[in-house]
Amino acid sequence: MSQITRDEVAHLARLARLALADDELDGLAQQLDVILDAVAAIGQVTDAADVPPTTHAVPVENVTRPDVVTPSLPRDVVLAGAPEAEQDRFRVPRILDEEA
Amino acid sequence: MTAYEQALAEFAPVLGLETHVELGTASKMFCGCATTFGAEPNTQVCPVCLGLPGALPVVNEKAVESTIRIGLALHCTIATWCRFARKNYFYPDMPKNFQTSQYDEPLCVDGHLDVEVDGEVVRVEIERVHLEEDTGKTLHVGGATGRITGASHSLVDYNRAGIPLVEIVTRPVAGTGVRAAAVAKAYVTELRDLLRGLDVSDVRMEQGSMRCDVNTSLHRAGEPWGTRTETKNVNSLRSVERAVRSEVERQAEVLRRGERVVQETRHFSEATGATSPGRVKDDAADYRYFPEPDLVPVAPDPAWVAALRAALPAPPSVRRKQLVAQLGLSDLDAQAMVNAGVLDVVLATVEAGAPAAEARNWWLGALAQRANETGVEPAELPVTPAQVARVVALVAEGTLNAGLARQVLDGVLAGEGEPDDVVAARGLAVVSDTGALGEAVDAALAAHPDVADKVRGGKVQAVGALVGAVMRATRGQADAATVRALLLERLGVEG
Amino acid sequence: MTDLTRLTAAETAAAVASREVSAVEVAQAHLDRIAAVDDRVHAFLHVDAEGALAQAARVDAGELTGPLAGVPLALKDVLCTEGVPTTAGSRILEGWRPPYDATVTARLRAAGVVVLGKTNMDEFAMGSSTEHSAYGPTHNPWDLDRIPGGSGGGSAAAVAAYEAPLAIGTDTGGSIRQPSAVTGTVGVKPTYGGVSRYGLIAFSSSLDQAGPVARTVLDAALLHEAIGGHDPRDSTSIAAPVPPVVEAARQADVRGLRVGVVRELTGDGYEPGVQARFDEAVQALVELGATVTAVSCPHFVHALPAYYLIAPSEASSNLARFDAVRYGLRVGDDGERGLEEVMALTRAQGFGPEVKRRIVLGTYALSSGYYDAYYGQAQKVRTLITRDFTAAFAEADVLVSPTTPGVAFPLGAKLSDPLAMYRQDLATIPSNLYGGPAMSVPAGLSDGLPVGLQVMAPVQRDDLLYRVGAALEAARPFAPTPLQWETA
Ligand SMILES: [Mg+2]
Ligand SMILES: [Zn+2]
Repeated sequence: MSQITRDEVAHLARLARLALADDELDGLAQQLDVILDAVAAIGQVTDAADVPPTTHAVPVENVTRPDVVTPSLPRDVVLAGAPEAEQDRFRVPRILDEEA
Repeated sequence: MTAYEQALAEFAPVLGLETHVELGTASKMFCGCATTFGAEPNTQVCPVCLGLPGALPVVNEKAVESTIRIGLALHCTIATWCRFARKNYFYPDMPKNFQTSQYDEPLCVDGHLDVEVDGEVVRVEIERVHLEEDTGKTLHVGGATGRITGASHSLVDYNRAGIPLVEIVTRPVAGTGVRAAAVAKAYVTELRDLLRGLDVSDVRMEQGSMRCDVNTSLHRAGEPWGTRTETKNVNSLRSVERAVRSEVERQAEVLRRGERVVQETRHFSEATGATSPGRVKDDAADYRYFPEPDLVPVAPDPAWVAALRAALPAPPSVRRKQLVAQLGLSDLDAQAMVNAGVLDVVLATVEAGAPAAEARNWWLGALAQRANETGVEPAELPVTPAQVARVVALVAEGTLNAGLARQVLDGVLAGEGEPDDVVAARGLAVVSDTGALGEAVDAALAAHPDVADKVRGGKVQAVGALVGAVMRATRGQADAATVRALLLERLGVEG
Repeated sequence: MTDLTRLTAAETAAAVASREVSAVEVAQAHLDRIAAVDDRVHAFLHVDAEGALAQAARVDAGELTGPLAGVPLALKDVLCTEGVPTTAGSRILEGWRPPYDATVTARLRAAGVVVLGKTNMDEFAMGSSTEHSAYGPTHNPWDLDRIPGGSGGGSAAAVAAYEAPLAIGTDTGGSIRQPSAVTGTVGVKPTYGGVSRYGLIAFSSSLDQAGPVARTVLDAALLHEAIGGHDPRDSTSIAAPVPPVVEAARQADVRGLRVGVVRELTGDGYEPGVQARFDEAVQALVELGATVTAVSCPHFVHALPAYYLIAPSEASSNLARFDAVRYGLRVGDDGERGLEEVMALTRAQGFGPEVKRRIVLGTYALSSGYYDAYYGQAQKVRTLITRDFTAAFAEADVLVSPTTPGVAFPLGAKLSDPLAMYRQDLATIPSNLYGGPAMSVPAGLSDGLPVGLQVMAPVQRDDLLYRVGAALEAARPFAPTPLQWETA
């Protein structure tokens, strides 16, 4: 059975901001189908049902820093790596999205 | 009956409030960058808050402490173990394209805040209080209004990105009836006063350090709750009230037409007092939350939480009663201040050292007038009780007179800094040095020989015109009493 | 005169410390070596001759001292180096010069280590052959037509080809150990949290760990000690001293040590030559005084699917920051297109096929409706794998297996079959999921190509790896890289 459709891949690509060409979508849909087939086996691990998930390999808790100001980067260094800067800010193409 | 009252006679409202508060920590949530408001763009950024490849977050312990104190003050249960989560979505003001927030494991849950409306107590239940990080600020260029629509491009400043942000979410508030708008405003006001009392934030809505999203829905009695809209951008107490009113009126219209309210984000316009549609809430919006692997769990020590609880200040309502009693204010006086929304700031001004009468006069007088002119509550003016107290002190010590004091406060309101900075920059101190005033007095006498003669002739009250001329010449900086004495002395007349 | 590029790191450091040779001479010898062979090996993406010689001069001036002062090193291009290009093997970061040093970089500099340059890798460390680098593959010094392993193929190849005595790799699912196995070098993935991740460009935050690559076990230990230890900038860093790895490497003693052979990581799926070298190495450990038992870790068979859900999920989020706004590539900004489109075009062109495959896979595994079945379930299986380790460590002090199922395969052989590529990491992935340390140490040759033995130890017992590795190394000295192509 097919695990994932081309439309689903297109939706995921949009979520992930990847402008994939049609042939890329087709190829990816096929590959993901194979990969998902292989990883879906994990659903059959029945003794995982009552087990807590592990999110951190080594259990450590309460790591914090004191509320102390440390130096920031110089602005010219900050903007040096930017694709485009203007008025000491990062310049981006117009945002077509609605206001967030 | 107003349209609003009409609407709520016909439909029952349900409100929900989500309030974001920037904590007043010295450094950011996950890095040591400063949080100073109004700094030059992109000068308070580092690899962490810029989301540079490889950079990692470390939690600010003061931010956790402040959030727990807020939770405790709101009668919440504090989590014994919780985690941060990543909320994944793309937006250019978010350096990592995920917001480090909390999802199903917030620091504080299940609290409440009691607010008083028309002498009646309404309990607003708090669902959760969680900790997250703020985003950067985007400037839209090329559009007519500085808004996103029509802009040719945008510019991003990340100074605000990563400032600790506490989100306080209420449970749905039902059964308020016609008081819905007043309850919403009273809740935000009470929350602001509570946060100010905790000293965890400067809670300046006009600077964005406290921001409100208002959810509103209407339904007919006996029917299930209606579809809600979420009004964003509500950045003053007055706007909270107006946003509810306008949304109630609008939804009632929609429902009367037999149409359905669309679930969407709406924007509140300060100019029109109305809301306008934003994004249609995309059901496909999928934030793909998962536990933040770069941060370890937070497990507040119960002993620490108990100590924080024990050290909480009294809630605003109790503090108000105590202070009112201490100052010997009459019930009427106190009620007038409550109605004008200045009781808390008056008390804070007194706590900062001003005499009660002076504090009361400033907030009910000149400051109330300025607030009215700009359409905000007096307490939302960009001046702190401490600054008002300082101006009062400057008057008391004779550095300022009443007119100058108003000019100093105008300077503070205009963002020119502390009162002493404004005095220095504008050169506003009272001139009482008689030598310096002598020239102005002589000039006034020379310019108005007729008035001088009248005074010499016994019409002493005519000296007022000469005092006025000297005051104008010294741009108000002279001490009027000294000027009058000097004039009479020159004219050889007994005051 | 001795060829300075053939010395071990320990020998080099001693020679520099005693002023037998200058650090500048050592650095120059390695820069010459790189100039001579790297057009064929392609271990380096960027050589920083100027920076290396300046650092060496500081060592010679006595400004920097320590057990590795003056020793050259090749740094995987996934660790940030202030002012020196850092690409993570990706087009999307081409030309980016970080404004800061990773903690590992800073510690190396402070220790007087001479960073020669940045090494090639699979893009964002996603791969097992270094063929997924946007800048072309690295070639295995044992046979230039074969892969050097991945993702850290550049680091392993640099060490095997005598371009550097030391290298830093990073290991998310085997990216230090598998390249070491197929290039005949020693590679160690330290305990998760043992080496700071600050400045390490994240692939999968809960699995990534930087570690040493060297030609000898002692050299690896010296490097491990130099880069390890607590870092307050990394919340997941362990606040404890580095385990005594150098001491353990010097002891090289396995007498009385209980060695567990993991049943699920041998036999089927492993090439006969690999299995044979592994069995001989285990026999050698017995002769050295270790006791050997078979242990079972039944959930290890699920490690691969768990890994291929967890790692892509975290990666899909970690790689979201490459958006054409603050740094790196921007494509298609013609003044007409909006930001969202420019972002999507940039990411589509800036990322290679394997990275895009994993981003989409991870986006899927985290999306609502699938989270519980995929990401959530994988995290539960991770718990079961950890429990398997805990149970096995009750019976054995260390666990062993072949590092890889086979020897280095020809370039291109598995490029069109992602699953076949993923299976390279069958044996190495469990330690990443568990968080414990693991080493690959040379175990001999199969058909003239190196085979690696993997040693796995409990969390924070990195020292045990070095005891086993050093004992095996002493008992069975391994052939140096033949480098037949150099004389041909
Ligand atoms: Mg929020
Ligand atoms: Zn910062």
